[in-house]
Amino acid sequence: MSDLLKLTIAQARDALSTGQFKASELTEAYIGAIEAARSLNAYIVETPDKARAMAAASDDRIARGEAGPLEGIPLGIKDLFATEGVHTQACSHILDQFKPAYESTVTANLWADGAVMLGKLNMDEFAMGSSNETSYYGPVKNPWRAEGSNADLVPGGSSGGSASAVAAHICAGATATDTGGSIRQPAAFTGTVGIKPTYGRVSRWGIVAFASSLDQAGPIARDVRDAAILLKSIASVDPKDTTSVDIEVPDYEAVIGKSIKGMKIGIPAEYRMDGMPDDIEALWQKGIDWLRDAGAEVVDISLPHTRYALPA
Amino acid sequence: MSVDQATVRRIARLARIRISDNEVPKLEGELNHILNWVEMLGEVDTENVEPMTSVVDSTMRLRNDEVTDGGYPDRVTGNAAASDDNFFMVPKVVE
Repeated sequence: MSDLLKLTIAQARDALSTGQFKASELTEAYIGAIEAARSLNAYIVETPDKARAMAAASDDRIARGEAGPLEGIPLGIKDLFATEGVHTQACSHILDQFKPAYESTVTANLWADGAVMLGKLNMDEFAMGSSNETSYYGPVKNPWRAEGSNADLVPGGSSGGSASAVAAHICAGATATDTGGSIRQPAAFTGTVGIKPTYGRVSRWGIVAFASSLDQAGPIARDVRDAAILLKSIASVDPKDTTSVDIEVPDYEAVIGKSIKGMKIGIPAEYRMDGMPDDIEALWQKGIDWLRDAGAEVVDISLPHTRYALPA
Repeated sequence: MSVDQATVRRIARLARIRISDNEVPKLEGELNHILNWVEMLGEVDTENVEPMTSVVDSTMRLRNDEVTDGGYPDRVTGNAAASDDNFFMVPKVVE
């Protein structure tokens, strides 16, 4: 059973389409894993009955040869996405008992592609935080700990529940949002992949807003391929969100593996902090070396307005 | 520009957020930190910089002015703590 949890979205997608196991088996495995990992406090609402019903419907569609791009893939949903009939409170007590009568465009896109909802994920209250310590439902634990240490670590925020759940393999992937780092930072803290899409790429309709001219929904996943698969599903132009752009959604998965030879990568001087610890400095340099070894041209640049930018 | 403890209490009352006495000094510090940061933005010379409304060059999409949705007031007021005649009812806020 637990082997099913090791599969990435891409691997599970392929295995389901060739009938190696049923979508209901995969979902059942995740339901069990979620129960066993409650100490992380990543999920604030579990929806096992709904997940089982959605997985059964996925099995029907697979049997009929009508599988969607995410058929049977179990996902966690950040609490600020409106999920019809299901708790949606942006982890705030102020929105207590709110169950939307409508579905956000992002989650509607996922369900239309066949994905399964495991539950709603913890986050900083109203997305206003970078450590998931401000949630009404309590903090989230990072499934990772420092080597030789028993100290709990934060998963980052505001999408702390999403990042923790993906890293702990208690969902195949998760939705998240980013206003000033809330996908990218928790993904970095948990060793997962997160991407903040360009503003306008993904519809914001049905998402509890933080800063409407900056917010974007995006995926957190185990690897780049999975993030590409999820982004392709959630991205769309939406008449209900006039800030969404009418540009064709590319097949992100198809460009994975493309060479970066000849690309020019800038390293902003202002992003290196004064007094950075030696091991972080070494990691920073390692990343630069990897880019250079892959054939990119690495140049030093300055982004002088960095200090006026707002982190969130 | 800065706030004092009396102003913090007033802001909390206007926002209808209950705060305890020992929370006031911390909030005073946090609010002043934010106001200082906003003042710091004044350092930037924006003399010849056009205002930016979006990172993506796009025009507002329009549609015909016709009713395409609605007619389900129960769903709209479904989450109201109190509702009458398809309205949301709330405690009196404006004096």
